[in-house]
This record gives sequence, structure tokens and C-alpha cells, in this order.
Amino acid sequence: MLNPHEKLNPKIFDNDVEQIPIRRGFGEGLLAAGEENERVVGLCADLTESAQMHLFKQKFPERFVEIGIAEQNLVAVASGMAAMGKIPFIASYAMFSPGRNWEQIRTTVCYNNRPVKIAGSHAGVSVGPDGGTHQAIEDIAITRVIPRMVVISPCDAIEAKKATLAIAKTDAPTYLRLAREKTPVITTIDTPFEIGKAQVFWQPITKTPDVGIIATGALVHKAIQVARDLEKEKIAATVLNLSTIKPLDERAILNLAEAAKALVTVEEHQIAGGMGSAIAELIVTKAARPVPIEFVGVRDQFGQSGTPTELVEHFGLGVSGVREAVKKVLQRKVTSV
Amino acid sequence: MHLDDAAIKNLELRANAIRQSIIEMLLAAGSGHTAGPLGMADIFTALYFHILKHNPHEPNWPDRDRLILSNGHICPVLYAAMAHAGYFPVEELQTLRKLGSRLQGHPHREFLPALETSSGPLGSGLSQAVGMAIADRIDAVAERKKAGDDKSVVMSRFFFCLTGDGELDEGNNWEAIQLAGRERLGNLITFVDRNNIQIDGYTENVLPLEDLRAKWESFNWHVLEIDGHNFEEIIAAVDQAKAIFEKPSVIIAHTIPGKGVAEFERKFEWHGKPPNADEAALALNELRTLQGRIQSEHQ
Repeated sequence: MLNPHEKLNPKIFDNDVEQIPIRRGFGEGLLAAGEENERVVGLCADLTESAQMHLFKQKFPERFVEIGIAEQNLVAVASGMAAMGKIPFIASYAMFSPGRNWEQIRTTVCYNNRPVKIAGSHAGVSVGPDGGTHQAIEDIAITRVIPRMVVISPCDAIEAKKATLAIAKTDAPTYLRLAREKTPVITTIDTPFEIGKAQVFWQPITKTPDVGIIATGALVHKAIQVARDLEKEKIAATVLNLSTIKPLDERAILNLAEAAKALVTVEEHQIAGGMGSAIAELIVTKAARPVPIEFVGVRDQFGQSGTPTELVEHFGLGVSGVREAVKKVLQRKVTSV
Repeated sequence: MHLDDAAIKNLELRANAIRQSIIEMLLAAGSGHTAGPLGMADIFTALYFHILKHNPHEPNWPDRDRLILSNGHICPVLYAAMAHAGYFPVEELQTLRKLGSRLQGHPHREFLPALETSSGPLGSGLSQAVGMAIADRIDAVAERKKAGDDKSVVMSRFFFCLTGDGELDEGNNWEAIQLAGRERLGNLITFVDRNNIQIDGYTENVLPLEDLRAKWESFNWHVLEIDGHNFEEIIAAVDQAKAIFEKPSVIIAHTIPGKGVAEFERKFEWHGKPPNADEAALALNELRTLQGRIQSEHQ
């Protein structure tokens, strides 16, 4: 059942559940952050509306800088502004920022320890028809590997807004992963949000879970759907929303591993280096007992054109892919006992 | 500001002492860059002992001018100038490139907080300087607005960025140059160390930079060209750049790589290696005797 403490959207399983792009939540959050703090500035690389920075730009034109199609400059200029006391938010497509400008992020933001907030929109294969060049599925790997970087991947637009407001209040270099497509609204304005805190969104009614599903981004909705379907087959699943990928909520993940003794990770990202890898790194070093893990993610491939729904299914990231991973991990769990 | 002969002589002696420190620290480190630091010693001396508004005893003074070194590999001259100016003891220069040293092989502000940026990977220092200059102007405009005056904006400090010439191969620079030109950043002054060498050879053979003046001018920058070893020219150029309100300024400083030690001058081979003990002794003797004009007390 949905965890009542998290005050999730009661219409989550309805066919007409409200759908909003996650990036929209960033746009609204940035506007609100700008209202709260005049040190907040916005920089964009010729994608102002697409990356949803137009709301901030309209309200605070004097605190907005159009950089042009120049992502290396985008981040390094932001670093300079941070050096003068600003809290810069930079926005582009994730493929270009943090994709193209990775070294400038490493040196001028993280090595320099400047509070630059990098919003990467159009992450994942659900970008759709634009095709593989525009589908960032390596961004979690390349950001979480950099010391000091905080990595956040909100599950819906409402959480994205809260995350944007929260990261505007920290001094940490931060990557905020956003998606293009409209996706179901999972949370409500009353759902708690804290950087670094994983949340149980779905839990078995009475007994301990047979499997723990840890998901991030819009696929959290698919994970919850699978967990509900599995209930009918007497398989008890817990779903953890892991919106902060770095720093990991180690306690929550280890507790789930200890209880379920089998994990499935779900992300719209390469399996190599992604959220699942981060969890595996934690489990093999800190879990009391070994726990089998199945990774739902892109298997060392590039994206391609298609509709978002087709692509999520094609790469095995949808409901059937998650179900299959659960079945697989349960088999491994049986054989490993 | 007018410089009399005594003031110039003073700066020349400072630069000579800084060059000696560069040789000594490179010898102790056993690795590092020789040509660039020696070539830029006069400009760093002019900056730290005449041009910059700064306070070595209060490195975080908010009203200070900012010096952003983009080509971090010439940091021996930055460290030596800072030490001689009083930011830290000159003896500490001997720790260059050693484990735990504040003087990292390429500058890291976490180790030495008086630095404005960490640098080394080429091409992004100017972007950071542009960001600082834009942020400062946002603050200046906001302050004037609060004071009920939205017409005149007085910039209280300047942003000095130092780049190499080979470094201009990096596309990131040209992104920054375009933006600064559009933003008409009168508070930004860039020095290009035009010494014509980079690791693989002479700049015009590796990837030609000329017509360098025309390139900067076409991006809406005010361009000055000077002899980078002439203190009067260095200081006059900065004075002129400060007087140009409507554009960022670039000072293309023609320098001699390895300047001050005849054996090192003009040779790209000296870009990225330190002197050995014999070479260092020769170089120090040359510097201490002012190229043989006086007798060194070390002899």
C-alpha cells in the first residue's frame, strides 16, 4: 500500500492522473528560490524556455544571463559568479551540461568548491523522437564520480520544485536531473522532502518485503505500479524513492536490503555507473549479508528515436522490465539461501 | 600613475628577486615550468607591487581587485610574487609541488585560500573572470538602484585575468571573449602572455593565432599591445584599460619566454621542465649579477 506518512497523490493509479514534466517543477522552484533569495542568479545556454528558466528570466531579468550555445562557458561563468557570492543555477540539456562541459564542472565548480547548481533537462531515453544524441543516459555516472557533487533526480514535478528550493539553500555543487516528458504526479505538496533522504513510497500491508525496489526519477511510478500488481501474486514489495543519489541514504538502503534480502534498482540511465551501481557499491561493502541485486537500466546501448512510452519499453525500463527483474532476483534469492 | 626612475628601478629589482625565487623553487621541486614564469615575472611584479588594490594581510578583503590566473602552470611566478608581497613566507616557496604543500603543482584554492581560483586545465579562467565581472556589475547596479540612482554605475574594483597565448587554442576562451564583448565589461582586463611558445613548438606552427589583435577587436574588445618587460608600458596600458568604460580590455603583452636567463630565453624546450643544479646555479648567478653588471655576494 502507499505509505500514508508520505502523503502521496491519491490519484496515482488513476488513468487520468495529472501529468506534468519534471523540468516544469524546476522552473517553478527556481522562480520561488529567486523570490526567497536575491543571490540566486540564472544562466542558460539558448534553451531558456525548454529548460524552463523563462519563468525566472521574466521575473528577474537583471539576474538572468543568456550565455548562448556555449556550455563550457555556461558553467565556468557560473563559477565566477559564485565566487562573488551568487548562487548560480545553470540550465541546458543534460547531454550538453554536464555532458559537454564535464571538465569545467570538475575544475571550476567542484575542485573550486563553488555552489553552482546544474540543472540537466531531457535526461533519459524518454526524451523521445529527438533520438540518441539528445538522450542523456550517462549523466548520473559522470556527476556522482566527482568529489563534493550532490546528485538529485526527482520523481515528479512537485518533488523537483522542492528539490530546487532546497538546493538553493546549500553551499554544495549540485546536479539536478530533469526529464522532458510529462509524467504522472506521484507526490503532493505535503509530501516531505529532504536532501539525502530516501523515502518508502510503497510498503507491504502486514509482512516484511520479499523484495526491495529502489527507483529514481519518473520510473518511480512504474516501480509502484509493479509493486501493486505483485501484491495480487502474493509477492510483497517495498518501493524506495531514491531522489538523492549522492549522498546516498545508506541507512534506508541497508535496512531495506536487510529486510527484503533481494533488491531491484530502476533508473533511466546506463546500468554502468548509475544509481544501481552506487547501491551495489554500498551493499557489497556495508551490508551484513550478501544480497542479490538486479539492475533495471540501459544495457550499454545508445538511445534512438521513438515515442517516450515505446522507448521505455524497448529498453526494458517499463512495467514488464521491472517485473522481470523482480522475478529474476527472487529466483536468485531462493538459490542463494 | 606617474612612475619616476627610482620607482621603476625598484620594480626591476623586485622582478629580479622574484625570478631568483622561481629558479630556486623549481630546483627544489624537481619538476615544473620555467619559461612562462620567468617571462611573466615583470607583469606579476607590476601587478602585485603597483597595480592591484589588495591587502596581503587580509586576503579576503571584499573590495580587493581580483587576479585570476588562467594558465595555472605558470604558478611559480604567482607564488613567488605573492610571497614577496607578504601573503606567506618566502621560505615556503621551497615546498612547491611537495606532498601537503599549500603550493600545489597547479594552483588549488582549497590549499591556499588567498587564491581566487584553482586552475590548470586551460581555457576556463577567462570565463570565471567574466562571471565575476558580471556578478559585480549586478551588485553595483542593485546598489545604485537602492540609492535611487539608476543611471550611473561606478565599478569599485577590477578583474584581471592572465592567460597564455597557446592557451587561446582552447575554444572555451572564445566563448568567454564573445560574452564579455556583448556584456561590454569595462571592469575586466585581460593580459595575454604573447611569448609565442607552447609545448609542441612555436604557436604559429602549432595552430596560428594571428591576427590576434584583429580577432579580439572583432569581438568588441579594446586591444593594447605592449612590451611585457617594460614597466612603464605595463602600467600605462592598465591605466588606459581602466579608462575604457564601454568595453573589456585585453593587453597583448609581448614577452620573452625564459626572460632574465640568456640560456633559457626564447626556447620552447624550456616550457615544461625545471633547471638542474648546474643550470640553476648559472641562472642564479646571471640574475644576482644583473647579467654580469655587478658582482654577486654569493660568489
